[in-house]
Amino acid sequence: MRRRAEAYLWLLFSGGGVVAALLLPVLVLLFGVLMPVGVLDWPSAARLTALLDPVAVRAAVVAAVALCLFHAAHRIRHTAEELFGLARFDPVIAVVCYGAALGGSVIAAGVLW
Amino acid sequence: MTEESIRLEVARYRPGQDEEPVLVPYEVPLRPDWAVLDGLAYVKDRLDGTLSFRWSCRMGICGSCGMTVNGEPRLTCGTFLTEYGTGPVRVEPLKGFPVIRDLVVDIEDFLAKLSSVRPWLVREGEEPPLTTEYAQTPAQLDAYKQYSMCVNCMLCYSACPVYVLDPDFLGPAAIALAQRYNLDSRDMDDRFDVLGHEDAVWGCTFVGECTNACPKHVDPAEAIQRYKLTAALRSVLPWSRR
Amino acid sequence: MTGAYVPRRDRLWFTRSRRYALFVLRELTSVFVAWAVAYLLLMIAALAGGGYDGFVALARQPWMIAVNGVALAATGFHALTFLNLAPKATVVRLDGWRVPAWMIQGGNHSAWLLVSAILAYVVLRSP
Repeated sequence: MRRRAEAYLWLLFSGGGVVAALLLPVLVLLFGVLMPVGVLDWPSAARLTALLDPVAVRAAVVAAVALCLFHAAHRIRHTAEELFGLARFDPVIAVVCYGAALGGSVIAAGVLW
Repeated sequence: MTEESIRLEVARYRPGQDEEPVLVPYEVPLRPDWAVLDGLAYVKDRLDGTLSFRWSCRMGICGSCGMTVNGEPRLTCGTFLTEYGTGPVRVEPLKGFPVIRDLVVDIEDFLAKLSSVRPWLVREGEEPPLTTEYAQTPAQLDAYKQYSMCVNCMLCYSACPVYVLDPDFLGPAAIALAQRYNLDSRDMDDRFDVLGHEDAVWGCTFVGECTNACPKHVDPAEAIQRYKLTAALRSVLPWSRR
Repeated sequence: MTGAYVPRRDRLWFTRSRRYALFVLRELTSVFVAWAVAYLLLMIAALAGGGYDGFVALARQPWMIAVNGVALAATGFHALTFLNLAPKATVVRLDGWRVPAWMIQGGNHSAWLLVSAILAYVVLRSP
């Protein structure tokens, strides 16, 4: 059971790693840096809303959010245990990390629908 | 003419005498063709016969002389004193293992891990005569050859923070050895019961230091990542389960 | 084993070599991956709730720009390292010839550039 779970978690981690690598740097560059400092203009709210309107786009956004969050949860779980020597608390840390990822994904779905 | 010398700082641990390892300095000749192991042999022959360390072949094949040299896991027979300029050169036992004496570490746990992966050709459902040959093409040999170059020197374990923090981790060399057989066309096992475990491949966080430390270019990190993919697909796809 | 010396856990192991430190930095990029997702979700929520101007004002705060600057570096580092390590798990053989790692990495980085360019175009093009 446990080993089956680890396999799925690793696949989520890997898929999320690829999605995060392909999507996040450019989005952070645009919305987090270039638009706020004024190099680029912010798109209008109506335009962004229209972009996010198709059901397929919203589903893709929720899937991308879930994958990225599971990627982060998996790494944070292992890094916390390696940095602070918390391996014996793994069951608790795992539940907290993956629980947070699941919660974030549910929030994303709620926001988009 | 006085010969140039270099200082070795050698970790000494004498059970019953030392609470923990202490660094003891020794001056040894600095010769261009001398490896750290030659320096240690000089100490043992000329300066202090009680120094204990493992060595055998002096040519990077036996895997006995792995030690921590200036903080890095190295085969001391292939690490030359001239690499360290004017010194000093700190020689300590391999990190991550209990120290029996001086530079000699306890390898029992490592040996048990190696044998736990069934490191032999597993065949099913046949009793062929002893003279049977199993021919392989060069491509079939290539599929696993890299992983068969391991000399069991344990440098990869010493370099691996996951193993050093948690000795239950199966570790790089044992997983690479398992892959050496898994990828062999003559083998019929996939060792999933041993490898697809949270203390085996799923314990690895891909630090990659095992591969950097390996003196034989086995690339254990690659072996582990490849098995993660194998194990994940086997767990997820029902038809790939045996 | 009687009398064997078992070293204590080294709490500062990740400071012992530059490569260990880089590994830990690589793993810690995940915190900013989570942050970037949270930030973008905040924007989407603001769009849905009609608070877009408030979000823009928040995004223009100097401390927020600083955080996102770090997040940009972290997600960029994540992308570089993650795409570089991918060929380790996937050994591609074509007719017995093993596709070298640099080709797979080159393909990954090309895909990264392409996806980034498409996303930027979709976001920025005038309607």
